[in-house]
Amino acid sequence: MTGVRESPPGTSVTAQPGQARGKVTPAGDALLTVTGLTKHFPVMRGIIFRRAVGQVRAVDDVSFSVAPGETLGIVGESGCGKTTTARMIVRLVEPTAGKIVFDGHDITHLRQGAMRPLRREIQMIFQDPYSSLNPRHTVGTIVGAPFRLQKVKTEKGTKRSVQELLELVGLNPEHYNRYPHEFSGGQRQRIGIARTLALRPKLIVADEPVSALDVSIQAQVINLLEDLQNELGLTYVIIAHDLSVIRHVCDRIAVMYLGNLVELADRDDLYARPRHPYTVALLSAVPSPEPVGRTADGRRERRERIRLTGDVPSPLNPPPACRFHTRCWKAQDICKTEAPPLAQRAPGHFAACHFPENS
Amino acid sequence: MADGESPAQESRAGGRPARLRARDRRGRAPEVQATDGAVGESPPSALLDLRDLRIHFPTDDGLVKAVDGLTFTLDRGRTLGIVGESGSGKSVTSLGILGLYNTGNAQMSGKIYLDGEDLVAADQARVRELRGSKMAMIFQDSLSALHPYYTIGDQITEAYLIHNKVSKKAARAHAVDLLKRVGIPQAARRLDDYPHQFSGGMRQRAMIAMALSCDPELLIADEPTTALDVTVQAQILDLISELQQEYDSAVIMITHDLGVVAELADDILVMYAGRMAEYGSSEDVFTHPGHPYTWGLLGSMPRLDRSRMDRLLSIRGTPPSLINVPAGCPFNPRCDYAARTNGRSETEVPALRPVGPGHLVACHLSTDEQRRIWAERDKVAS
Repeated sequence: MTGVRESPPGTSVTAQPGQARGKVTPAGDALLTVTGLTKHFPVMRGIIFRRAVGQVRAVDDVSFSVAPGETLGIVGESGCGKTTTARMIVRLVEPTAGKIVFDGHDITHLRQGAMRPLRREIQMIFQDPYSSLNPRHTVGTIVGAPFRLQKVKTEKGTKRSVQELLELVGLNPEHYNRYPHEFSGGQRQRIGIARTLALRPKLIVADEPVSALDVSIQAQVINLLEDLQNELGLTYVIIAHDLSVIRHVCDRIAVMYLGNLVELADRDDLYARPRHPYTVALLSAVPSPEPVGRTADGRRERRERIRLTGDVPSPLNPPPACRFHTRCWKAQDICKTEAPPLAQRAPGHFAACHFPENS
Repeated sequence: MADGESPAQESRAGGRPARLRARDRRGRAPEVQATDGAVGESPPSALLDLRDLRIHFPTDDGLVKAVDGLTFTLDRGRTLGIVGESGSGKSVTSLGILGLYNTGNAQMSGKIYLDGEDLVAADQARVRELRGSKMAMIFQDSLSALHPYYTIGDQITEAYLIHNKVSKKAARAHAVDLLKRVGIPQAARRLDDYPHQFSGGMRQRAMIAMALSCDPELLIADEPTTALDVTVQAQILDLISELQQEYDSAVIMITHDLGVVAELADDILVMYAGRMAEYGSSEDVFTHPGHPYTWGLLGSMPRLDRSRMDRLLSIRGTPPSLINVPAGCPFNPRCDYAARTNGRSETEVPALRPVGPGHLVACHLSTDEQRRIWAERDKVAS
């Protein structure tokens, strides 16, 4: 994947803050810059003589940056490496290669002790509100945990601060002593968000924050995340597979396929003029809540859409060169031999394709 | 397929001792006769005809009214989409139709006519004959619905062998055809694979092949694409739609995703707290919905086909517990328009009322008011 490095992504892919974005994006340096981030998981065989027999190339040479106050969305199908990327950013997974710079500090290989003060500033919202809260702890203990772990003394005491946090996320502060099982899925996700906010982080990485919730609750949580961002000036990296949710919450969007970043662009530009064929296919696959009619002979009308055949190939043995060529309707010989670089196709719009659409 | 004859949960029913057990042999409880007389007794003409179906579960905490008076019909070649949030009774309805509840675990009343035959009154043996042959189901989670110890081929041929007098060889050939039909490459070889060797999309295809093995007239798909990626979802939806036209079967599509419903359904039933909130053609329900809950669902959903909204119009609160459904209109504590009904919504259960041809809404708001509010909301959203 040397092709990608030819366009120095760390610099060129950086957001141009302030423009064409609804939210305030103070000019200046990026809050988070990720360069050439790579994670290969070894596949082990044998019981006594453990040896690596292959590698799952979960994330391969991914570069992007996030400006303060911005929301970056990472979207892709299962197995594309979006969750691994998120976990590397918060240092839950050790990167194989690449560099993560947060707020001017290189945190790629910081030791636990050195990482600890920075953990106040980077927090994570998890996907499953059922497994991410300890069932034996009360809400007070859960939301107060960051204060305890970081030995932070708040002015009004931990209990008062926790109650304020509960109020901030729309929960009743009197529920301080209740247990997670007494709450619904949406309320639990709010508890998780309150815990995330406890130490007033700068960056929040949210891995599928609403995918486990019902539609009406999903909308409540999305609105909450947006309100909190406006109120507290948060920066989000949001991982999701739902393209309509991503369009609603994100300013800039990165599309991943099989461990590669294939497209990165401003929200409106991406949805109006997607360049990478995969993005085009992904967008056209989203079912639209506009009913289809029936033709005169009673057959159901078909929506015009690009139909990708087959499944995503295994990341254990990804296709050479452009990883999308096995499912791409535009693939030529060059796609099988040479990896397309992530190149700028329009201001702020990057796509890794030899034959981009809409250009 | 599992059949629901296990009396294991009977003890939980408390207070309904041996007397009931005696009736179990006929497969129904005395409550069954207590259907209210308002339901017409005219013979059904549609393939599936539900009349005032109620499915209640006695639990230690109280009676869970999972389905509370559901009436609709469905013809061959048509697709009905049932939409609602978790706990609205969608899945219970489908399992009830398949006869997977009995007096041992649930109290069922009302009528389910499948091709003129009442399944609530029918005995278990008869329902078992129909299940898998005349009606079949595609489950949501293909990994847990397929047995990990049996090959895909074993599982597809099982129902076919039970319902038809054919040799194993013929059944196997039939299974190969089915796998080919649902788009699995190298079908003859893949037949001997185990479920874990299939990808998620392929497992869902195999499940569809299983459901189709006896050429069912009624196909129930319970969230068939929820666990799948969006590009694979599009493939599966296309497949279901194609197969329906080929087999001319009636399809019930259960989902919480309004996009999926719009893609496939002719008619839409919106369920809330075990009851029907709105029913109509998919054209009607999407272009001029009448129930505030339907408005809420549509407003909660970010849409790619419209310009981006600054804020989603979410529904406040959470769905009610089915043990303690709010008095009056079950939606009233979450409804933004409840105040306009002069308190009726808190005391009176709204009856289903036609607001247009074949379009029913259970709401106290007048039809004009519904139209006006929806026009306003729709303008804001687009």
